[in-house]
Amino acid sequence: MRHDHLLSAKQLSRGDIETVLDRAAALADDLGAVAGAHVDRLLGLCFFEPSTRTKMSFDAAMKRLGGDTIDMGGIDSSSVTKGESLADTVRVIEGYADALVLRHPSEGSAQLASEFVDVPVINAGDGAGQHPTQTLLDLYTIRENAGFEDLSVGMMGDLKYGRTVHSLAHALTNFDVSQHFISPESLQLPRSVRYDLHGTGAQIREHTDVEEVVEALDVLYVTRIQRERFPDENEYRKVAGEYRIDAELLERAGDDLTVMHPLPRVDEIAPDVDETDHATYFQQAHNGVPVRMALLDLML
Amino acid sequence: MTDTELRVSKIEDGTVIDHISGGQALNVLAILGIDGGSGEEVSVGMNVPSDRLGRKDVVKVEGRELNQDEVDVLSLIAPAATINIVRGFDVVEKHRVSRPNEVTGVLSCPNANCISTDGEPVDSHFEVLDDGVRCTYCDTIVRESITAHVSVT
Repeated sequence: MRHDHLLSAKQLSRGDIETVLDRAAALADDLGAVAGAHVDRLLGLCFFEPSTRTKMSFDAAMKRLGGDTIDMGGIDSSSVTKGESLADTVRVIEGYADALVLRHPSEGSAQLASEFVDVPVINAGDGAGQHPTQTLLDLYTIRENAGFEDLSVGMMGDLKYGRTVHSLAHALTNFDVSQHFISPESLQLPRSVRYDLHGTGAQIREHTDVEEVVEALDVLYVTRIQRERFPDENEYRKVAGEYRIDAELLERAGDDLTVMHPLPRVDEIAPDVDETDHATYFQQAHNGVPVRMALLDLML
Repeated sequence: MTDTELRVSKIEDGTVIDHISGGQALNVLAILGIDGGSGEEVSVGMNVPSDRLGRKDVVKVEGRELNQDEVDVLSLIAPAATINIVRGFDVVEKHRVSRPNEVTGVLSCPNANCISTDGEPVDSHFEVLDDGVRCTYCDTIVRESITAHVSVT
């Protein structure tokens, strides 16, 4: 794999993905095996939005590779509050770091940053756009639990604004996967993602009821429906309640169904699912470290 | 000289943009950044009868020859337009517009959460699709009412 930047899952070929996942699998067996691989390299963490898993796992990954991180800190303590443009911010930070990890609330922010710096930019989430490194760890988790052959993957929840869904849907077109999108009509996939999926000839189906499709799925990828997307609280509650899974629902699923979630969850996965063999979301989150180690090792 | 052509005056040197879809002349001027502020003579005919289009607009700009890039951008809103370059009252070149692969700085992204609309030092940039345009920053696809997003003034 050789990319100057990782901005979108659309740029990942099957070969790119398999290279990262194979490397991650090797690293997962012994995270300390490459402790000296990137001594003296610095990764700039530029998070303009809150993050726990993505930021901490990039931090852990870089340090396990022998390098270190520098952190812009929250936007309240940065020059952003003085009105500095993103273009200026990243041009300053590229002088301090060998690569930048960027999370920003605006779609296209990573693309813009990449136009202003010479160091690699890794998109860690741009608004409702893309989140390609989450996708890589999602794919790693899918491969470990279900493989990629003749697979049915359901994605449920906020498909319109869910950047993890957009990225995963793009990446899965590289594999033999039927994709099922389960959401209220108001939160269906955006036009741009549909356009790309149709362009690849991907097998996709859309549903409004998870019960009609859960039996056929190998993987169910659940996402949070965000309260702030609904102007009416009652409408939010109604929709959120319909896109919630629990152990009772999963009794209809195949024994091997893998339930994933990019986290954080609110109440879209009931706690009783945690005790089932389907629950994979904590393992999924843990996979962020070896996968991001592999990615950094290949890009730096 | 036909009655239609008489409605707008002849030019000596410059560009005549003909066969613009009826009602789009002002958007054509906006895309080309022509507002009369730099003193050029501009004649506009709107909704004049046309055998080909039923109704068409015509724009004549004295003292300015459009280049191919400018001509191609017009294809987004005036796909049937023809461009005549005039020197000494004679038409010396005729062009048809063709769809460009991309357009820069002409349209503004309708996605209010797109970074290109947030005061950053970049021009808007759109990939041209068969049936619309797509923002290269946020991926938003615009198919309807493209003229509503013309940002050049």
